[in-house]
Amino acid sequence: MPDILEELEARRDHAREGGGQKRIDAQHAKGKLTARERIEVLLDEGSFEEFGMFVAHRSTDFGMEKQKYPGDGVITGWGTINGRMVYVFSQDFTVLGGSLSETHAEKICKVMDMAIKNGAPIIGLNDSGGARIQEGVAALGGYAEVFQRNILASGVIPQISVIMGPCAGGAVYSPAITDFIFMVKDSSYMFVTGPDVVKTVTNEIVTAEELGGASTHTSKSSVADGAFENDMEALMEVRRLVDFLPLNNRKKPPVRPHFDDPDRIEDSLDTLVPENPNMPYDMAELIHKLADEGDFYEIQKDYAKNILTGFIRLEGRPIGVVANQPMVLAGCLDIAASRKAARFVRFCDAFEIPVLTLVDVPGFLPGTAQEYNGIIKHGAKLLFAYGEATVPKVTVITRKAYGGAYDVMASKHLRGDFNYAWPTAEIAVMGAKGAVEIIHRADLGDADKIAAHTKDYEDRFANPFVAAERGFIDEVIMPRNTRKRIARAFASLRSKELANPWKKHDNIPL
Amino acid sequence: MIKKILIANRGEIACRVIKSARKMGIATVAIYSDADKDALHVQMADEAVHIGPPPANQSYIVIDKVMDAIKQTGADAVHPGYGFLSENPKFAEALEKAGVAFIGPPKGAIEAMGDKITSKKLAQEAGVSTVPGYMGLIEDADEAVKISNEIGYPVMIKASAGGGGKGMRIAWNDDEAREGFQSSKNEAASSFGDDRIFIEKFVTQPRHIEIQVLGDKHGNVIYLNERECSIQRRNQKVIEEAPSPFLTAETRKAMGEQSVALAQAVEYCSAGTVEFIVDGEQNFYFLEMNTRLQVEHPVTELITGIDLVEQMIRVAAGEKLSFKQSDIGINGWAIESRLYAEDPFRNFLPSIGRLTRYRPPAEVAEATRAVRNDTGVYEGGEISMYYDPMIAKLCSWAPDRAGAIAEMRAALDAFELEGIGHNLPFLSAVMDHPRFISGDISTAFIAEEYPDGFLGAELPADVLKKLAAGASAMHRVSEIRAARLSGRLDNHEREVGKDWVISLGGHDFRVHIDADREGSTVTFADGISLRVKSPWHPGDPLVRLDISGEEVIAKVKQTASGFRMRHRGADLNVIIRTPRHFELSKHMLEKVPPDTSKLLLCPMPGLVVSMAVAEGDEVQEGQALCTVEAMKMENVLRAERKGTVTKINAQAGDSLAVDEVIMEFE
Repeated sequence: MPDILEELEARRDHAREGGGQKRIDAQHAKGKLTARERIEVLLDEGSFEEFGMFVAHRSTDFGMEKQKYPGDGVITGWGTINGRMVYVFSQDFTVLGGSLSETHAEKICKVMDMAIKNGAPIIGLNDSGGARIQEGVAALGGYAEVFQRNILASGVIPQISVIMGPCAGGAVYSPAITDFIFMVKDSSYMFVTGPDVVKTVTNEIVTAEELGGASTHTSKSSVADGAFENDMEALMEVRRLVDFLPLNNRKKPPVRPHFDDPDRIEDSLDTLVPENPNMPYDMAELIHKLADEGDFYEIQKDYAKNILTGFIRLEGRPIGVVANQPMVLAGCLDIAASRKAARFVRFCDAFEIPVLTLVDVPGFLPGTAQEYNGIIKHGAKLLFAYGEATVPKVTVITRKAYGGAYDVMASKHLRGDFNYAWPTAEIAVMGAKGAVEIIHRADLGDADKIAAHTKDYEDRFANPFVAAERGFIDEVIMPRNTRKRIARAFASLRSKELANPWKKHDNIPL
Repeated sequence: MIKKILIANRGEIACRVIKSARKMGIATVAIYSDADKDALHVQMADEAVHIGPPPANQSYIVIDKVMDAIKQTGADAVHPGYGFLSENPKFAEALEKAGVAFIGPPKGAIEAMGDKITSKKLAQEAGVSTVPGYMGLIEDADEAVKISNEIGYPVMIKASAGGGGKGMRIAWNDDEAREGFQSSKNEAASSFGDDRIFIEKFVTQPRHIEIQVLGDKHGNVIYLNERECSIQRRNQKVIEEAPSPFLTAETRKAMGEQSVALAQAVEYCSAGTVEFIVDGEQNFYFLEMNTRLQVEHPVTELITGIDLVEQMIRVAAGEKLSFKQSDIGINGWAIESRLYAEDPFRNFLPSIGRLTRYRPPAEVAEATRAVRNDTGVYEGGEISMYYDPMIAKLCSWAPDRAGAIAEMRAALDAFELEGIGHNLPFLSAVMDHPRFISGDISTAFIAEEYPDGFLGAELPADVLKKLAAGASAMHRVSEIRAARLSGRLDNHEREVGKDWVISLGGHDFRVHIDADREGSTVTFADGISLRVKSPWHPGDPLVRLDISGEEVIAKVKQTASGFRMRHRGADLNVIIRTPRHFELSKHMLEKVPPDTSKLLLCPMPGLVVSMAVAEGDEVQEGQALCTVEAMKMENVLRAERKGTVTKINAQAGDSLAVDEVIMEFE
């Protein structure tokens, strides 16, 4: 009997060695942790429960029967983050380069199935050279099995991908479907085809980092939602994010004990909006001053900086924030900003996270580049996302809310629950200057008349009261009281019930 | 008595004057430019008059506009503050003509002291010590030696046409004087085509010490002791104190009496300051007299208990001084730190913008300690490009110098200031500098102690240890809170550990933490235990830690793996890990920041006015590369070394952010 127990220990020890000490050392030398170490950092101490430690592949081609490693290059199981359950898979680069075999895929599918069934987030730590070529189509099938589960899990449980090494070819499409992708700077990359193929086909010479490194995907392609300095930082940040998310789409977002007074008055907000309407100001300051403890978890901070998206807490409860950023492109909506915000709003709606929208938008960005690339359909995504969202929606217009962009930014007409405006708000079809040039075209040559018309238009529309008269604005509020007002608004919406008509699914303009 | 005072100034000094006027039951009028519409002094005053566009030469210093504001509001007196019109005899004259009281000295005194040569002459006549020197031409080396001996070594031999150190020699004896005279003469001839030479006393270890005088219109003048203002950066005072840690009672008396003599010689009344340069042997020499209230007047008020602004108003109203010289003592020690919107990490470049957070420490006035903060700004206010970048004057007082320094350290630690670059860390660092603490300072202090600029304070290991203890206690609180998130798996909650490794400032402290109702006991690997108590809650931006009975104040911001803590001029990234995570963290690679030595980065946000070079140009060290306009100032950016321009990323008209790459070199 003791022998049998010892054998279990011996087998476990063998499995924990992964691809062997030499490969573990090589992984460490690159500044990367091993698959098991990453799980240790991600989860609460001692909370990891492993599945399939002894799973091995069944391939016999190309001498693969001699290269068997228990676990087959991926470690799977569940554990807790601050006591809440999550499922996790972590690819082991030391085992056959983390390559995905049929059995490797089966292990991932198993935890994904359990995550969906038991309603807990799934976190994938990706570090894989790609499909295990020796297995051919069996590996390809494995990928597709994973994709299918990612698709079914979408909107049911939060799915988070952390790219901690290579992720190329078909492998990219699993993270692509998940809710959030984080990358580790300098040691991870993602692309559909690598630099060698690119060179052969298009003659472009590009490094892996330039083609698919963290900075490319966070600032240019928007594939990744954030990038962090190293493995440890990335995993700690994932813990921080998970604390904002509900376990599944049937659960409320988590509530954390809070110490920040929801009635906190911020006098300095009274002077946030500059007198000159053409002067920018930093919308992030408003977000920080509204949030509990000034804590703002920003999503896609390096992409489409003209709109801010991310999570805050009010009274300890998560709130998704979308805010125009006047510091960049005057805060206008363009293709990139619309896509970024639309995806974020849909995530919040899917997981019952209320949405706070802070509006200072002069309109959509004009130009051929925008029109040729389809701003009509991309802008419609944000409109669609807000319009279909049934979560509590609170909107604060700080300054400009012009034209179609006013409608889009969680207006009353899109079922906004509370639509507030600061006294500095201007809700109009366009700025006074542009409006006067159209209405009073005949007087264009007369500077005095134009100035008088402009003043008339400003007096009429450069304020929130016309919209308030119509009920498009529920209340004009003092900037300094904003935190208190929105906290109370969200509190009153905690039992909101609203459903859209039955449909198989919608047809958002993709 | 005066009924309504118009303050012909802005910022903190306008607020300062309003406070005293209000205390005396006098109404106040503020004036403001477009840039100051929402400024604190406008909010504080009973009335406010708009006087024009932001630039001072179109508003605050336009005499006609100020006179109009006086007429409009019926003010019967004007306090000019400092700067602007405060030492402008034409303004004093205009007021005289209009029959409005000027809260300052008579016009004649302003004029007499406004001219360097006249004032020095008057000072000599009044028996005030001036820098000895021989202004006539010197024929030969023998004469130079003779004159040098008359003056007394060390002497400075200077070319009349000199500048930039050329044709300048310091001589400590006859041989050096002879040699110095000849080489100065030669150098002057070749550099300036003018070989005239003069000699004056060379002041060693110079200190800037000034005497506050106060006079009435009845011929009474007294001195309110000295202020030491040696901590200067490019002739701008940064830290002042009263009394001076250097002066003997005899020197103080001599300086005071000479200052009074000078004031009386020009029939001075109101508050004024006589500035001296003092050498290592307590020899003092007259520099100039400032015929106004000084920026640093609060330190004098704190050690004498006299409200200088109030006295100025009373004097202007014709009252006699209610105290005599013998009533004036020195009570305790006061220090003033000037908080400037200047970024010490960017060579003290001015920084403008919005004060997103401005929470000064609470003002206190107790028997054994005092903190005073004179300011003209508020949270959410703007530091504009048009005026002096001073944010506040933070003063501390205690019975002795060490106490005043300790109060200042705590006050600086508790001062929350965000949104713009500022010199708070630098001020903190000076308060901890051994040479400052010793009192052995001179006007060269900053240049000598920070020759390469300020790179942030380095805290000693024992201070880091206290911060580590504090951080671990805070981390424990924060992690326990995090583990109380709703939606936990029942009976499988996270147990927050007791062993941590705290990394900060290059040290890794292994600690064990035991908490009870009152606080935490943090035990270090060397067996030392520190007891930490604090009312801190997660999210509080300021922490007051009681660490084994000692108060430690720090600014804190939570990060994913610990805290950012700012304390005593150091900005620390405190990383807190379990022992296991600490072991794993050793595998993380140290990332080398990108090499920017071959890049020209934009030092401040601004607009490119012009490009002086093109791609492919070879540039020499010091050559102008481009001009960037910021705060209406054109800044010429120059090559730091020889090189070739390989790429230019900006063109005239572009607006750039800080650190944006303007051009690249080979």
